Amino acid sequence: MAKHSETRISASKVAVRQYVESSIVVVGNPNSGKSTLFNRLTGLKQRIGNYPGVTVERHIGTMSFDDKKTELVDLPGTHSLSAYSLEEQVTIDVILQRMAGNSPVDGILAVLDATNLYQGLFLLQQLVDLKKPMVVALTMTDAAMQSGIRVDVDALSKMLGGIRICSVVATTGAGLENLRSAISELPELAPPDAIVVWPELNAAADKLCLSLKKNLSVVECERLLIDGLTEHNQSLILELDEEAKRHFLETRHELLADEPGTVVEARVRYGWVRKNIFKLQHSVLPFYSWRTSVTSFLNRPVVGTVGLFFVMAVVFQAIFAWATPIMEFIDDSTAIISANVGDFLGDGAFSSLIADGVIAGVGSVIVFLPQILILFLFIILLEDSGYLARAAYLMDRAMQSIGLSGQSIIPMISSFACAVPGIMATRVIPNRRDRIATILAAPFMTCSARLPVYALLIAAFVPADRIGLINLQGLVLFSLYMFGIVMGILTALLMRKTALRGPKPPFALMLPEFRRPNLQTVMLQLLGRAKVFLYRAGTVIFTIAIIIWALAYYPRSEAIVSEAQKQRTIATYSLSGGQLASEYERIEHAASAAQLEQSWLGRAGKTIEPLFKPLGWDWRVSAAVIASFPAREVVIAVLGTVYAVGDDADEKTLSGRLKASTWPDGSPVFTLPMVIGLMIFYACCLQCAATLAVIRRETNSWHWPAFAWAYMTAIGYSGALLAFQIGTL
Amino acid sequence: MEIDTCTLDSLKRGQKAIIKSVDTNEPQVQRLMVLGLVEGTEITHISSAIGGDPMEFKVFGCGISLRQEHAKFFKVSPVVTDG
Repeated sequence: MAKHSETRISASKVAVRQYVESSIVVVGNPNSGKSTLFNRLTGLKQRIGNYPGVTVERHIGTMSFDDKKTELVDLPGTHSLSAYSLEEQVTIDVILQRMAGNSPVDGILAVLDATNLYQGLFLLQQLVDLKKPMVVALTMTDAAMQSGIRVDVDALSKMLGGIRICSVVATTGAGLENLRSAISELPELAPPDAIVVWPELNAAADKLCLSLKKNLSVVECERLLIDGLTEHNQSLILELDEEAKRHFLETRHELLADEPGTVVEARVRYGWVRKNIFKLQHSVLPFYSWRTSVTSFLNRPVVGTVGLFFVMAVVFQAIFAWATPIMEFIDDSTAIISANVGDFLGDGAFSSLIADGVIAGVGSVIVFLPQILILFLFIILLEDSGYLARAAYLMDRAMQSIGLSGQSIIPMISSFACAVPGIMATRVIPNRRDRIATILAAPFMTCSARLPVYALLIAAFVPADRIGLINLQGLVLFSLYMFGIVMGILTALLMRKTALRGPKPPFALMLPEFRRPNLQTVMLQLLGRAKVFLYRAGTVIFTIAIIIWALAYYPRSEAIVSEAQKQRTIATYSLSGGQLASEYERIEHAASAAQLEQSWLGRAGKTIEPLFKPLGWDWRVSAAVIASFPAREVVIAVLGTVYAVGDDADEKTLSGRLKASTWPDGSPVFTLPMVIGLMIFYACCLQCAATLAVIRRETNSWHWPAFAWAYMTAIGYSGALLAFQIGTL
Repeated sequence: MEIDTCTLDSLKRGQKAIIKSVDTNEPQVQRLMVLGLVEGTEITHISSAIGGDPMEFKVFGCGISLRQEHAKFFKVSPVVTDG
């Protein structure tokens, strides 16, 4: 009984809290400073999730003012209430409350960029039509002043039906308190007065609303008239009876005269903006700004392109040069912790699981974090400064020649760190065919997990000679990077010519002015990225590490253990001191190698050996390759175990063991053709469960990840086969 | 003062023009109109990427890039500035 009432109280508490919190959506053009403002208002009190059914990220934060908590939802930027991309569609669905499972919208915080009133006022007209409580945050007023424009806030408010306007400078925080108080009062505020821009539309929508009897709001009827038969509206219109359908089409024809609704709307609304914008903008004396000179310098075609390559070179240099010391530190620490914990726990399955499975597994994930964070830092900086848009613009022509658009360049660059964020970055591409072609090309880019595999094989088998100024090992590494790029390009071309044939991808890109990124925003985004990476990649790779450990550990052979014990006893009688210690070590290694050979993993390797024999691989290499299908970098750890080198041994010993390994007849396993084939295999194969999972999520089907996996594995196998067979002729 | 019309892609660097008519059949052009490239609007050619494509324009202080093939759908009349 007591328990029962307790449950009731907690339930009502939850209900009360939900009642107190009101939900405000943050809407604005892309690049209007919306996210910076959102971060300023909510700080660390935010969480990232997904919208139901789609892969668009959902950013929700809590803002406190005078003990009053308000929930803010940062919606993806949009130019209009007619969608052209998945992200815009989400914004519109949330605003029109079409999305299931979302809390009702209690008010709108509209973000208006003072340097781009023209497009901003187009969206604001549509937002005012929603008749919701609304407040406008006018951002970038400092940048507008620099370029010689002062915005008249009173005139703007009058023009938009007496709406409250708060001028803010997100970088310094000026005006934020004022905005906070306005937001907290927002749910009780009356909606702005209607502004008469397009009376014909309002009248037609009113008429339609009455005749449809569908319980639609006037603004939904307006969008229905403008958008016509879009994917969302289609089902709605098909439900209508013949009479209502005819009425809808007639009303639409009267209003638009067979022209596309969005076109007529653009003419009317931008006409209104043009007529009114001069009342809002007062010219002031512009003053010198670094933005103007940087922009005009980078606007020169050749300078811009050379600059882009320079920026990319710096990014790659940073990823490898800056990350290496931190990665080595993490690697060494993992080895030391693993060894100490292993010693502490003694022998046995539990000790091995913790030391070799869990600690080594977690370490193998965290070791990539520095590279990923550095890459993301650059991508966030480039994006926030407005440079990524310029990169897409500069590269559009080149990307067109492979059947993609400039917008694909960003996912491609990101994929050099990791294909997972790269594939996630394809969301900005509006065209589905174009997007999938990019997703299929992205995993060919040499990611940071391939690098350790290349590094090991190159260090062991490519001589450190120089040809003139060129280091041979560096040349091979560079060739492997180029090989990945070429394979990606060929894949995109092939897909665009076959399964994903279609019209040229569209291209319309806003080119924002350069601006200084806000440190707080950058750090918050970076923190969010780190969390997402550690959680998503961590769960996948971590699980795999444990599974691989179990496959390599079980079943245990008692015979091998007692044999090793016997040898140790013999050694104790014949040897002493350092000699005894090294003999102990040799016996230990031999025993673990023997255990591995008869483990599930070893048996699997032997079973599959005939399949890989034409590639020149023995059972050890085959087992390591199979083990690395869920995560390619696992191959190093498995090779390490297979060749009986302890966890704390560095790669040089491993490469030495690889060189020494032979077939039963005494010929070396790792010949140059075989190593080249192995590297080609790793360059092509999609050995990454995280990438497959992200392709599945982003394409919303198992079809594409299955295809990508089969396609890339086939290419990898054929490449390795060709390299080995031609090389050994 | 205005002179004869031409298509948007033939504007020279730094040249200003007013959009006179738009061929609205192309879906890509409809998108550009939603971004503000409608009849009566003043547009300035800022720069081009290597090879002249895509092109960068400014409309009311906001930068927007489009390909030559799409710029062809816009008829403009260049504005002759004094001096």
